[in-house]
Amino acid sequence: MAKKLSNKILKELHLRMVRIRRFEEEAGKMMENGKIPGALHLYVGQEAIASGVMQHLSELDQITSTHRGHGHLIAKGGEFSRMFAELYGKATGYCRGKGGSMHISNMDLGMLGANGIVGGGPPIAMGAAFSNKFRKTKQVAVAFFGDGASNEGSFHEAANMAALFKLPCVFVCENNGYGEYTPQANHQAVVDVADRAAGYGMPGVVVDGMDVIAVYEAAEEAIKRARAGDGPTLLECKTYRFYDHVGVRGMGLTYRTDEELEEWKKRDAIKGFEERLLQIGTLTQKAIDAVYANTNAEIEEAIQFAEDSPFPHPDELLEDVYSVRSEV
Amino acid sequence: MSEAKEQKPRKLPYVAAITEGVRQVLIEQENAFVAGEDVGQAGSVFGYYQGLFDEFGKDRIIDTPISEKGIIGLGVGASATGCRPILDLMFMDFIGECMDEIANQMAKMRFMFGGAATLPVTVLTMAGAGINLAAQHSQSLEAWLAHLPGVKVVMPSNAYDAKGLIIAAARDDNPVFVVLNKMSLALQAEVPEEMYEVPIGKAEIVREGKDMTILAIGRMVHEALAAVEPLKELGVDAEVIDVRSIQPFDTDTAIESLRKTHRGLIVHEAVRFGGFGGEIAAQLQELAFDYLDAPIARVGAPFSPVPFSPALEKVYLPNAEAIVAEVRKTLGI
Ligand SMILES: Cc1ncc(C[n+]2csc(CCOP(=O)(O)OP(=O)(O)O)c2C)c(N)n1
Ligand SMILES: [Mg+2]
Repeated sequence: MAKKLSNKILKELHLRMVRIRRFEEEAGKMMENGKIPGALHLYVGQEAIASGVMQHLSELDQITSTHRGHGHLIAKGGEFSRMFAELYGKATGYCRGKGGSMHISNMDLGMLGANGIVGGGPPIAMGAAFSNKFRKTKQVAVAFFGDGASNEGSFHEAANMAALFKLPCVFVCENNGYGEYTPQANHQAVVDVADRAAGYGMPGVVVDGMDVIAVYEAAEEAIKRARAGDGPTLLECKTYRFYDHVGVRGMGLTYRTDEELEEWKKRDAIKGFEERLLQIGTLTQKAIDAVYANTNAEIEEAIQFAEDSPFPHPDELLEDVYSVRSEV
Repeated sequence: MSEAKEQKPRKLPYVAAITEGVRQVLIEQENAFVAGEDVGQAGSVFGYYQGLFDEFGKDRIIDTPISEKGIIGLGVGASATGCRPILDLMFMDFIGECMDEIANQMAKMRFMFGGAATLPVTVLTMAGAGINLAAQHSQSLEAWLAHLPGVKVVMPSNAYDAKGLIIAAARDDNPVFVVLNKMSLALQAEVPEEMYEVPIGKAEIVREGKDMTILAIGRMVHEALAAVEPLKELGVDAEVIDVRSIQPFDTDTAIESLRKTHRGLIVHEAVRFGGFGGEIAAQLQELAFDYLDAPIARVGAPFSPVPFSPALEKVYLPNAEAIVAEVRKTLGI
């Protein structure tokens, strides 16, 4: 499978995943030691999904994200420095410190926001897809959302409308088996969220979300279909989060077993992929080490940038509530 | 958890007072149950249902999907047909997800049916800013609810009231929203072990004074109390009233106080513009105009979503300083 992909693509997929993993690991440490205020929902374990999907999107395409949104922004081209600055609540952050982790976003990169409202993303992606069709561009909008979010009415209304209007939209469900502390079996009667696609007249596809190539290939088809004007797809990626719902260790609730976590960790998307890349000779160990070293250096610099940046001025509180009509 | 030593005052944090109130209701009312997201084994993300799942089991402590419209709908349908649901709406900000079920169904069903339906349903939800949870996890939206004929809205500022208002809400035969505050979870107060009610629709004078009535809502009661000393230094002896219930609102207690103090200030954490303070101010100028020596003052959050940055959230949140500043402005001192 992996053979038919170019080395360039394979390396990019790897780089995206490593960038997300290392960013999240550092952010997690900093939340737990009180350096970063508020709540961080970290993406560790799910990197293959954002990376595999985003490989097909340009900056012009749009995505909507979730409360677990750093990975999506990184994969879409987000800069570490402005991201860390946002997590710190600094004026140099992507949202000038107003949004923080749960609302991190960048319109220039087509990242229409992490979201504090579960299920907040799909209707917005549907609207962006509508806009793309209305304006006759070839842009595609992708909604990322969780298994838990697939129980919100917002997802169902967005799916129905996207299919009805044949919008250039892709619904990517990251099924990590839990909504907060509730296992999937206790929050929905279906096993495959993708089954729900049938109810809206769109294809539903299940892929292994720990296999970045599988995600890449399934996303390719869905995005091609959307771009060609053939309507939306529901792509369900089976995955797992390695950290707790919030932060690294979270509230210390026991709602899943260590064995289950260890089983999934054996399928770590990055480790498995690196083994494959070494095997087929795309990357040497030295090259892999260099990817980490470069990423780490960038993180270090970004954290320094965040630390050195000023907090927003109190007057900024009342800015950005409304846009001001520009001079005619 | 009871030491069962009669009469010995016992202190409980707000969070445990909530648990105890809900627990006693579940024992008292066999048709009562709790439904909401992660209320079961997890015991709520705020921890206030800890232990209830083990005690009452999954048939009465019900984990729901992340489906707020479904949760409120479940409560409307179940309360209209013989149950006494206690619903959990986790963060108050999620009310947008289910506002139709609240505003068009829960609030109006009895009236639309000519009084034939009775909806004894209680909703617990968590409001308030202060811990950097940003614009969608920090709001105080009680005015949205108070505007709806058919629902009651209470806002306990302390552990004693939290337990007593939950019990009163659960025994009430109407939809009652108990709007909790996340910054107050660890606040301790004396809480009797037995079941008791704090009457819905009754304010409480928490500090007597003669120069100025401060009507405070929810957590702002503590900020108002913190303003008492600095105000005294300015020569203002403040009376602090914990509003406790905004729907119904205890107009009488407020007016009685104004007869004595002749000056009033309202403080809430919600955005000042269109906040519940506007309703109180209007009532007071209508009904207590003759007693007033100064315009009714209001303190509330600025007209902005709740910001994430600690630097901005600090400026955003109304506090004792803001209360003192407003008093000075109103009295020209
Ligand atoms: C409307 C709404 N309801 C509830 C919540 C609280 N909440 C935050 S994350 C979460 C779980 C989401 O589960 P899922 O969609 O599977 O995403 P995951 O956390 O697993 O990535 C819940 C219930 C919320 N933020 N918004
Ligand atoms: Mg999930």
